[in-house]
Amino acid sequence: MSIAIFGYRRPLPHTQPPYLHPSYLSSLKRAPSQSLIAIPPTLSEVSGPRFSQKDLANGENDLTRQHHGEPLGERIIVSGRVVDEDGKPIRGVLIEIWQANAAGRYAHSVDQHNAPLDPNFSGFGRAVSDDEGRYTFITVKPGAYPWANHYNAWRPAHIHFSLCGPAFATRLVTQMYFPGDPLLQSDPIFNSIADETARNKLVSTFDWTLTTPSYALGYRFDIVLRGREQTPMES
Amino acid sequence: MPLTVTPSQTVGPFFSIGLHPVELALDPGGEQLAIQGRVLDGDHNPVGDALIETWQAGPDGQYSQNSSRGWSRLATDDSGSFRFSTFKPGRVRAGNQLYAPHIVVAVFARGLLRHLVTRIYFPDEPSNADDPILNLVPEPRRATLIARAVAPRLFQWNIVLQGREETVFFEC
Repeated sequence: MSIAIFGYRRPLPHTQPPYLHPSYLSSLKRAPSQSLIAIPPTLSEVSGPRFSQKDLANGENDLTRQHHGEPLGERIIVSGRVVDEDGKPIRGVLIEIWQANAAGRYAHSVDQHNAPLDPNFSGFGRAVSDDEGRYTFITVKPGAYPWANHYNAWRPAHIHFSLCGPAFATRLVTQMYFPGDPLLQSDPIFNSIADETARNKLVSTFDWTLTTPSYALGYRFDIVLRGREQTPMES
Repeated sequence: MPLTVTPSQTVGPFFSIGLHPVELALDPGGEQLAIQGRVLDGDHNPVGDALIETWQAGPDGQYSQNSSRGWSRLATDDSGSFRFSTFKPGRVRAGNQLYAPHIVVAVFARGLLRHLVTRIYFPDEPSNADDPILNLVPEPRRATLIARAVAPRLFQWNIVLQGREETVFFEC
């Protein structure tokens, strides 16, 4: 007896970053030098941890209400849908975000940037996508910040996103950027993705329909996770 | 026309703000053990800001279908070291294909624009010889996937990102 295992599609060339991207200095000693070994899908990769709304407390998606006072900065709503490569919504995706505060400083001991910490901003949140794949966060727009990669290097404003999708094989950690940011052009992390269309998927879009009068500007960030193969591997 | 998958970006140095450790839910039916190791870079310097996620079957070889049971998340310390408590997973069966006990592992770090995927196998496990995945790995490199017993129920397994004794990483 054999059973059919539907794997997940491999990325198209240049739509994902390489491991070694020399202009991103941290990749030089950490990128594997040997090629990855391609393996057929097995139950170990097509399964994965599952999450639901019940795993979260109320309000974990609102980063502006984790302290007594409100954080400083421009309040924003970040919302979107998680879908697969066929555009089908994916429910039950655990989405975890973390970010710098409005001044460009992380609430982390390693971050020594001389910008103020905000006692009313920790900078992390969680959500689980609903039946239509939708999620929403309320936060403040993160500031840009300098880093040591090259002379006068500044990271464009970004929010880190982690997604635990339907399978170990669909795991994704990425960063969301903001439209019109002049720092994108010189950022080696953003520009590690050779394919321009794929790269621009990481730039959110300003959205009037998410923008809430007298409250917050809205940014849309839709996320596409790997889709299932149409034909099974015989196991 | 299919949509383009959202590209990966590095987890960066500050992930611990948002990605908190998750201990594996231990299964009393399994053989309890601990796995420790270090994450090392191409100069064999410690990677003190790596994040590791593990996923494994239960002692019966079955993966949890509707919970996060079998999943854990941990970070390395300044010396690049990590340690987690777990139990030996059973042999996963798919049809007449039977796999050796293994834990799948995802590695994230500053400097890794995409995460890496690897596996932990166990020493003194006769089924390793027939494992379809292990057999895809050139023999001289297989040892990087097999944990070493260092004490009763304690295993050592390092992740070398680059260079000498580089760990085998998979595209899955």
